[in-house]
Amino acid sequence: MTPTLQAFLIVSAALFSIGLLAALSRRHAIFILIGIELMLAAANLNFIAFWRFAPQPHQPTGVMLAIFSIAISAAEAAVGLAMVIAVYRHYHTTNVDQLDQLKG
Amino acid sequence: MNHLWLIPAVPFAGSLIILSFPNPRRRSAAALAVAGQVAALALSVLAFLPTLQTNGFRAVQNFTWFTFGDNPLRLGFVFDPLAAAMLLMITLVGLCIFVFSIGYMAEDKNFVRFFAYLSFFSGAMLGVVIANSLLLLFIFWELVGLASYLLIGFWIERPSAAAAAKKAFITTRIGDMGFFLGMLWLYNRSGTLLFYDDGKGCLESAGLAMLGASATFIALLIFFGAVGKSGQFPLHVWLPDAMEGPTPVSALIHAATMVAAGVFLVARVYPLFSLGAINGVTSSLTVVVWIGVITALMAALIAIAQADIKRILAYSTVSQLGLMMVSLGVGGVAAGIMHLVAHGFFKALLFLGSGSVIHGCHGEQDIRKMGGLRRFMPVTFVTYAIGMMALSGVPFFFSGGWTKEEILHDVGYWPPSHAPYYLMFAGVVLTALYMTRQIIYVFFGDPRVSPEHAHESPRVMTMPLIVLALGAILLSVVLTPAWPWLHEYLTGEAVHVEIGRLIQPMLFVSLALVSAGIGVGFWMYRKAGMQDGDRPAEIDPLEYAQPGLFRFLANKMWIDELYAHTVIAFGWMAARLSDWLDRYFWDGLVRGLGAIGQVFAMFTSGVDERGINAGVDETTVGARGLGRLMSAAHSGQIQIYLGVVAIGMLALLLLYAWLA
Repeated sequence: MTPTLQAFLIVSAALFSIGLLAALSRRHAIFILIGIELMLAAANLNFIAFWRFAPQPHQPTGVMLAIFSIAISAAEAAVGLAMVIAVYRHYHTTNVDQLDQLKG
Repeated sequence: MNHLWLIPAVPFAGSLIILSFPNPRRRSAAALAVAGQVAALALSVLAFLPTLQTNGFRAVQNFTWFTFGDNPLRLGFVFDPLAAAMLLMITLVGLCIFVFSIGYMAEDKNFVRFFAYLSFFSGAMLGVVIANSLLLLFIFWELVGLASYLLIGFWIERPSAAAAAKKAFITTRIGDMGFFLGMLWLYNRSGTLLFYDDGKGCLESAGLAMLGASATFIALLIFFGAVGKSGQFPLHVWLPDAMEGPTPVSALIHAATMVAAGVFLVARVYPLFSLGAINGVTSSLTVVVWIGVITALMAALIAIAQADIKRILAYSTVSQLGLMMVSLGVGGVAAGIMHLVAHGFFKALLFLGSGSVIHGCHGEQDIRKMGGLRRFMPVTFVTYAIGMMALSGVPFFFSGGWTKEEILHDVGYWPPSHAPYYLMFAGVVLTALYMTRQIIYVFFGDPRVSPEHAHESPRVMTMPLIVLALGAILLSVVLTPAWPWLHEYLTGEAVHVEIGRLIQPMLFVSLALVSAGIGVGFWMYRKAGMQDGDRPAEIDPLEYAQPGLFRFLANKMWIDELYAHTVIAFGWMAARLSDWLDRYFWDGLVRGLGAIGQVFAMFTSGVDERGINAGVDETTVGARGLGRLMSAAHSGQIQIYLGVVAIGMLALLLLYAWLA
């Protein structure tokens, strides 16, 4: 049985939903970051899938985009973690409910 | 020499390097300054050597500085016998003085700055000499003035030094004003400020032809600049005060080189003075002669009654510069420049000798408190005596004797009048007299108050004295009428040896005059500084004999006081008047205008408060309400924001699905 495009998209949509759920419901900042990473992984999966099932899969466009996306998400994770540490040092908490200084 | 500009550039560069290091070491600063001077001397010699074979030469290097519209402004450098003689004299004398300064300034805390300024001065002075454009000459001329100002006021913590620096700067600036106006006038008439430019320069026939009658006024205005710089009457008052500077500065700037720049300037632009001369006489040259005569005699008279060792030499410098001006005025350009060169050597020698005396007497400058120093300072005494005899014009052995004879010879043939000739005789006698007085007070008799601990100066100070003393004697070789090498070099003629010309009537006239001066001096001052009959020791013999005359001379003929009560008083009055006008008239006007503005402002502020402000206030209330509403949407909870984003995204997707 060869996998179809639909199968990939379903997996990717599931991943995205799980990530979104994590990002919305968890209270710990690091878990929110992990949720965001899951959503990015879903997007990368979509890039690869659409490329693989495209009319001309010879040019590595999808792979290139995915690699760029991974590199950017790595940078984002680094910045995000650094921010979490900085926030923790300042507020002695990583609970995002308590981080509401920007309240209007 | 294709790069004449290098000669002034080297000392300039040395000065910049010294100044650009925050804390340079003393030794390296002095070494750099001396090296710069040696390099300038070497370059000058290099430029000079090839010119020995030719009679009369002129190398010109012109370049365009910038172009303004269609008019290029061109500057340039020139190398001719006049420049060559000056270059060699300045670099050689300068080198001796630089070396002397290492010893003289050894204890000074601003040693490094001193050498930076000296190098700067040297560069500027060399630039004056080789400039081929009146504008370029003026630029260097002002730089030289700046260096002089900085160095007179070198001991800035002394109020008298600061005042002397200011006086020198302002007095020479009055002369420079004339110079500047003359330059503008010259440019207006001839369209160029280049001296030599392949026949088109302002000193060449084509340029001179355009001047016409205005040449006299241009020449006189430029001469006014020379009067300021060379300390000629009536602007001589700054030069004796300039002795507040360190002694090497007095030697280099205010005796040997800078003050001679005025004489050099007149020699440089001589064609302007002699344009349309009948029998070698023009009205501008006649002015030069009489100013020179007045200066020479007046300064020599004042010198007799001075007590400060450096002031005597300063007035002597003023007097000798007057003599050079006389020589230029009567047409003896070569004689004047020869005297300038010889004077550069022996006057630098005398000043450095006085520096050595002051150094040996721990800063004492009053000759009445010295005496008997010949036993303690033999080298200084011998070299000083040589300088004194050269300055007095002792014939045959000393350079000053030959050049003075040459000048007297030229003055004797001046057609309009013989008065300058006889007045110069008096000048020669007076010069011998005041120098004899000085040397008796300083070196003969019994030691008086301070010199108990007097000592000879270190080698670094006596060596330059010996070199300069040799220069003052050996220079005679090229000055004698038997082999007038320097004279012919300057005038551009071939030189012949003719031993017969060595003995001339003028030699005996000169001998008689000088021996009269020295003899009278020795007779008058034989008991100077000692008790003589009912004359107390501290009273000058002349003061005892003629108290009124002595007071008149000792107070410098009250010229400073005259200026204080005329020119300076007038300046004060003008300042007070402007102050009053400013305070009451202009200030009242401005305050009145201000009051009108205030009334208008009251009116507009009413309009603003009542009319415009109300509308603006309403707008801001609305904006604030809106802002409050919007800020309520911000909970600060990041996950709610993210949820809103997700819902929005979902809504967009649903909309898209529904539309498709």
